[in-house]
Amino acid sequence: MSDLATLETSILDQIAAAGDEAALEAVRVAALGKKGSISALLATLGKMSPDERKTQGAAINQAKDKVTEALGARRDLLKSAALDARLASETVDVTLPLRDTPAEAGRIHPLSQVWDEVTTIFADMGFSVAEGPDIETDDYNFTKLNFPEGHPAREMHDTFFFHPKEDGSRMLLRTHTSPVQVRTMLTQKPPIRVICPGRTYRIDSDATHTPQFHQVEGLVIDKHSHLGHLKWILHEFCKAFFEVDHINMRFRPSFFPFTEPSLEVDLQCRRDKNEIRFGEGDDWMEILGCGMVHPNVLRACGIDPDEYQGFAWGMGIDRIAMLKYGIADLRQLFDNDVRWLNHYGFKPLEVPTLAGGLSS
Amino acid sequence: MKFTLSWLKDHLDTNEPLEKLADKLTMIGLEVENIEDKAKALKPFTIAKVISAEQHPNADRLRVCMVDTGDGGAPVQVVCGAPNARAGLVSVFSPPGTYIPGKDITLGVGTIRGVESRGMLCSAAELQISNDHDGIMELPADAPIGAGYAEWAALGDPVIEINLTPNRQDCTGVHGIARDLAAADMGKFKDPAIKPIKGEFPCPVKVTVEDAALCPGFALRLVRGVKNGPSPEWLQKRLTAIGLRPINALVDITNFMTYDHARPLHVFDAKKVVGNLVVRRARDGEALLALDGRAYNLDPSICVIADQHGVESLAGIMGGEASGCDENTTDVLIESALWNEINVAQTGRKLGINSDARYRFERGVDPAFMVPGLELATKLVLELCGGMPSENFVVGKTFGDDRVIDFPLTEVKRLSGIEVPQVEMKHILARLGFLMAGPGPVVKVAVPSWRTDVHGKADIVEEVVRIYGVNKVPMTPFERGEDARKSVLTPLQLRTRRARRSLASRGMTEAVTWSFITKPAAKLFGGGQHELEVANPIAADLSDMRPSLLPGLVAAAQANADRGFGDVVLFEVGQVFRGDRPQDQFMAASGVRRGLASSEGLGRHWSGSAQADLFDAKADALAMLAAAGAPMQALQIVAGGPAWLHPGRSGTIQIGPQNVLGTFGEMHPRALEALGADGPLMVFEVILDRIPEAKKKPTRAKPLIELSAFQPVSRDFAFIVDRAVKAGDIVRAAQNVDKKLITGVNVFDVYEGKGIDDGKKSIGIAVTIQPREKTLTDQEIEAVAAKIVAEVTKKTGGSLRA
Repeated sequence: MSDLATLETSILDQIAAAGDEAALEAVRVAALGKKGSISALLATLGKMSPDERKTQGAAINQAKDKVTEALGARRDLLKSAALDARLASETVDVTLPLRDTPAEAGRIHPLSQVWDEVTTIFADMGFSVAEGPDIETDDYNFTKLNFPEGHPAREMHDTFFFHPKEDGSRMLLRTHTSPVQVRTMLTQKPPIRVICPGRTYRIDSDATHTPQFHQVEGLVIDKHSHLGHLKWILHEFCKAFFEVDHINMRFRPSFFPFTEPSLEVDLQCRRDKNEIRFGEGDDWMEILGCGMVHPNVLRACGIDPDEYQGFAWGMGIDRIAMLKYGIADLRQLFDNDVRWLNHYGFKPLEVPTLAGGLSS
Repeated sequence: MKFTLSWLKDHLDTNEPLEKLADKLTMIGLEVENIEDKAKALKPFTIAKVISAEQHPNADRLRVCMVDTGDGGAPVQVVCGAPNARAGLVSVFSPPGTYIPGKDITLGVGTIRGVESRGMLCSAAELQISNDHDGIMELPADAPIGAGYAEWAALGDPVIEINLTPNRQDCTGVHGIARDLAAADMGKFKDPAIKPIKGEFPCPVKVTVEDAALCPGFALRLVRGVKNGPSPEWLQKRLTAIGLRPINALVDITNFMTYDHARPLHVFDAKKVVGNLVVRRARDGEALLALDGRAYNLDPSICVIADQHGVESLAGIMGGEASGCDENTTDVLIESALWNEINVAQTGRKLGINSDARYRFERGVDPAFMVPGLELATKLVLELCGGMPSENFVVGKTFGDDRVIDFPLTEVKRLSGIEVPQVEMKHILARLGFLMAGPGPVVKVAVPSWRTDVHGKADIVEEVVRIYGVNKVPMTPFERGEDARKSVLTPLQLRTRRARRSLASRGMTEAVTWSFITKPAAKLFGGGQHELEVANPIAADLSDMRPSLLPGLVAAAQANADRGFGDVVLFEVGQVFRGDRPQDQFMAASGVRRGLASSEGLGRHWSGSAQADLFDAKADALAMLAAAGAPMQALQIVAGGPAWLHPGRSGTIQIGPQNVLGTFGEMHPRALEALGADGPLMVFEVILDRIPEAKKKPTRAKPLIELSAFQPVSRDFAFIVDRAVKAGDIVRAAQNVDKKLITGVNVFDVYEGKGIDDGKKSIGIAVTIQPREKTLTDQEIEAVAAKIVAEVTKKTGGSLRA
């Protein structure tokens, strides 16, 4: 075996034995570096005769190519192995639990959610939203709504009052959102179509009453709307709100100072432990009061009852929230227990829409 | 209002079943609240006789009884624990399978201490007919064994309770209810004419009414020589069935008239009345021992009936003990009067008396029935107690106002949407006692005296519609009209909505707290004004309207911590009050973070956990403001805030000093102490009304975007400044150097400590320079950098860090 062949074998052996890229580099330098063994052989070519140079040159270059190729192959192998080793060392425990993302952890109160649901339904029917102050005058809360003098609701044991002013008048906390209807009629010309949601107050406290609660009322004033339209609107609302295909409603005559004729509305239902199913069963559940706006109310708000007519209704937001979502105790709505809110509350991205379903 | 079926049938000739009558009552506005049908509920309970009662072999207190149930079969073995179970006793038996209402169980065949028991002997409490549960019922020895108990005991008359609306005083009597049912085709109304009873002598007692406004009418009659004792069985049964206690015939007659004809009466023992009667206001210092056994102190707001002795009766509410009728009464004065509704209601409330008389008088009784009511009562007195009647003594009016309403026949259709034929309308109204006259289109409708609630056209429509049938009102689609489908919410309503969703999407939980808070808490947050103090709070700690949502939120956070959930983030969007006018009410959005409740999440976590700090609260406020549409570029953050925040860890969000939108920071320890809460707590509060409204744009198109072709350059600077210098000022100074070129300034480092002199700090900013027209040369970039250094140095007195 020639010296060249011996050298080549030796270098290839060294390449094969190189355990990492540094060792391989050392082999490369020793063979192909400026002072490398193969470089040294190539340097001898200059002193050779042309013939010798031809044969030797080809042989040395062949050896150099072989070495270069082997170096490359070994380098790829080592690099790949090193990468595998690094990746193997970088293993993490993917089962470590994450925090809930904020949008999953946050909660909207059921009252706010239901309020959004109600607005969505009535907006679709062409209603806009009117609001008014919680602190009202006796005039807007009672007198203009046809409550007679001496009506029990006007007494201190039913209604929250503030201290009398110098002129003897006293402000009160509205007992319903009907003063918003009054304000609307006094400032807008018919046709009027509004819903009036808001916080209301009465002196009452037990499992089904809290001193503050929430109502949404509706008001339509124009030249032709009658009880038949009222029934239809409430029927459509109840189906949409409770997300059922059909619902049986019972309208029965009742009495409110501010409507005439007045009706109360019951929904057919079946009661289970903590769940109420509407549209089935043989129970009736009272849900709201309504009627044609009393001519005295229209007159008090500057509307001629012979020219205009309309209807109004009112229901408890708290109550319909409880019915829909199986909330047993009204007081829990205002307890702000995070466990309760987490359970009964809604995620911020659960925005009610008609296209996507109110609650799904 | 309670009555029994047979009582109703005294006034209504009907064969309709109870269920149908009840449904109809509800559907014409007399909502049936409850039907107590004892005959149905107690059907399985039969009369049985105990043949033998032996001591239970394994239990001292139990007896093993053999019971003859009267069904002809062998005696039944029953284990009974009642002390009075004994041989020969006739009692009430229920077989296995019976539902026991008083215990809310269904009986089964049981084995009690090793002895089989095939039924139960019952107490009155178990049948829910009284509270008596001392032992099993003891019936007379001749009670028919095997017969149904309820039937034998005449419990078979169902009691109907209606939830009467306050306008229908005419239905506080069975007579009026029957009239409504007859109008609704449920039978024939029995309404015999009431014949006057001739007086044998003038009424010796006269009545003076001092104020006709308090007492529009008064009728009085003496019946001499009556014999007052227990009333007859039929009358006692009527009263006990609806829960009234029979007293004596004279008193029972007044109670009967109250429920039968909605006509409360009073009877005085004439021998105990001295001189004439006067209706007047009570005088200060006067008192009355009333028939309920309680003494009442009176004042001039209260209307009374007095004799020479003094007050004898509370007008329209309750009589006095001293002049009441008892078994010894021989001469009786019967009073039938009209009283001022408001005065009766106010007096009743003031004295805390809920009597059957008040219930009717405060709703307004039929004025035209004052005298006929007295005649009817006299007739009953004569029938039940005998005696000789005087003539009536009557003052004031004896009839109602004539109310005739011009009624366009189209009104029914206009308001209700149903077409009711004219003849049907006339028929309905006639049966209700209204008179409709004239051919139309506008007819005259005369309102009967007992319908004090009917005043106008709409009332007539209601009468027609409720009897014709509300269920016949056709559901009519309501066209939404041609208004464009755009948002129906006001800007404030939209902000409120967005504020809620944005805060919740930061992981916060929405709370709803009370509008009223304690006085000290209100004062602490700038409230507590006299005009915002509730005069009649439901509880001492709910006395003042809240000037801020934070007291409620802090209390809610603390309550959760007390329950073991100390790491909480709560927010609320709700109304706050700065005065009692509408413009003093604002919509606030507020939040509180407590414990390990940073923006990253709640509680301890392997990825890192941190106490909430004021920057979390600041981030909450700003994220919410951005979502609510605030002009973020215009917002200024100024150090410091209200007194309830930490003076060095609080900030104010404003658009110039005139428009403060809100504040954020750490709660002041003294404020926390005053609120009874543990800290630290990070809070913010923003008034949503103060966000300036965005300019309305004609289209929804966004402005064109300019995407620069040239790479932005980022340069870092570190400045040494006094500790008091605000990072915000450095950022603004750098930004203002060239508003076109400089597109971002970010604070990437804040450092105090080793290597920096005391009282100084180092602030590192990264400035992004965005070339617009061409790539900047090194010189151009250096020129901008030099300007930045110069400007920051000038504005802050700092120097570039070496």
